[in-house]
Amino acid sequence: MTLFWEALVWLFSPEQYVGEGSIPQRIGEHMVYTSLAVALAALVALPIGYFIGHTGRGQVWLVGATGAARALPSFGLILLLVLVLGVGQREIAAVIALVLLGIPPLLAGAYSGVHQISRDVVDAARAQGMTEWQILLRVEVPLSLPLLLGGLRAAVLQVVATATLIAYVGLGGLGYEIIQGIPLRRFDQTIGTAIVIALVALALDAALALATRFATPEGVRGGRLKDVRARDTSPGTAPVTH
Amino acid sequence: MISLRKTTGLVGLTLASALVLTGCAADGGDSDTVVVGSQAYYSNEIIAEIYSQALESAGYTVERQFQIGQRDAYLPELESGAVDVFPEYTGNLLQFYSPDTTATQADEVYAELAGALPEGLSVLAASPATDQDSYNVTAEFAAANGLVSLADLAGLDGLVLGGPLELEERPYGPAGLLETYGVTVGFSGTGDVTVDALLAGEITVANIYSADPRIAEFGLVTLQDPEGLFRASNVVPLVSSDRAEELAAILDPISAALTPKGLVALNLKSTKDQLSAAVIATQWLADNGF
Repeated sequence: MTLFWEALVWLFSPEQYVGEGSIPQRIGEHMVYTSLAVALAALVALPIGYFIGHTGRGQVWLVGATGAARALPSFGLILLLVLVLGVGQREIAAVIALVLLGIPPLLAGAYSGVHQISRDVVDAARAQGMTEWQILLRVEVPLSLPLLLGGLRAAVLQVVATATLIAYVGLGGLGYEIIQGIPLRRFDQTIGTAIVIALVALALDAALALATRFATPEGVRGGRLKDVRARDTSPGTAPVTH
Repeated sequence: MISLRKTTGLVGLTLASALVLTGCAADGGDSDTVVVGSQAYYSNEIIAEIYSQALESAGYTVERQFQIGQRDAYLPELESGAVDVFPEYTGNLLQFYSPDTTATQADEVYAELAGALPEGLSVLAASPATDQDSYNVTAEFAAANGLVSLADLAGLDGLVLGGPLELEERPYGPAGLLETYGVTVGFSGTGDVTVDALLAGEITVANIYSADPRIAEFGLVTLQDPEGLFRASNVVPLVSSDRAEELAAILDPISAALTPKGLVALNLKSTKDQLSAAVIATQWLADNGF
């Protein structure tokens, strides 16, 4: 408990907020790598996820590949990529490792978001004469949003937590304070920074949870299709005009 | 290759607690059984394996509790008596128990260490072999600027010191360089890629452990430290006091035979030849007539 108290004292002392290596600077470094990695992961994962979800092709491949990618040890991967690409390219190495970490949840979100849509809905769209592209963009993508954003939340959470490791190869971020603090036995610094990482992760998750609410089409709020006709014709909603 | 010594941070703590838990359960306290521990650092494990095999030749049953992470994890195990023998380094161990120490020379450090250890722990005779912090530059940079000692760095502009992240705050870090030698450096926390960063020219001065085979492999120049900026850190067996006498009879000759060059050669067999600690230890014991 004393340690936790000391961590809070460290966290609230003004010198953590000015100059080289301040907490805001570390959060900034951390967020640059996190957002870049998630954006690139989305760029790779969404087209593939929608393709597999829409066509139903390559599902076995998807399950195998995402399972394997989830098992990759990020720390080993960062060091390996730095060795392969050279120390001058270590920013790229770190981003690649984080992108690989972010792809599986996004891919799963995009795929399962499209896959869970009732075939009746898709067939109805097709029967109305929509092209495959129209079905994808006007029906499948909007209806898949809740699950996709769930995947995005998982990806952001994993990447923001794992970005702690990039300090091992001299790229800064919040991990710097933790990795420096342990050998120096400055546990206030170590625990204080761990609290900051947890808060950053929670704040991002809360923001995305909010975004999920607003980004979901009205008809599928709560991830479920409403029976619109039933509501309109139900006696309870009809105004009584005696 | 990348040294695992500095990567033990978070991973090491977790791993250590798991290993330590099994260690507690397994210790029987039998007088013919010796529990030997090691850090999660390949070089330390080789030394621990040498101790273990020597003890086995002397008739002891050895229980190996290797790759226990950092001092925070394994020193309590030694203090509680769950581990009997551990290869340590005089300077770093003194730093742990007496963070404000100013001793830097080998004899000074050893003498102070004996007084700083908690009750129940003793160090046997120290080996001439050292594995301590050192500052290194590339051969080209040393030749171009006529560098032999750390003092020669004074007056050079644009120096960047690279090393593990905690070096920034260590007494021998940038502040110590300025105070002791009047050398001004920038700092870059290059962590596990320090040697690669030096070779790539991203940093000019690299903090590398003196027994690291890469110093010889890449022809790096270790700058001399006449003023004693770095604390001498000799290899030394840390043991339970009540077993110190019987263990000294076996381990003291080994410490005496292990030289600084010998330690680098041992490490090279691990990093270059990829031999296991057990094989390296067996070879070394045979080569040195044990």
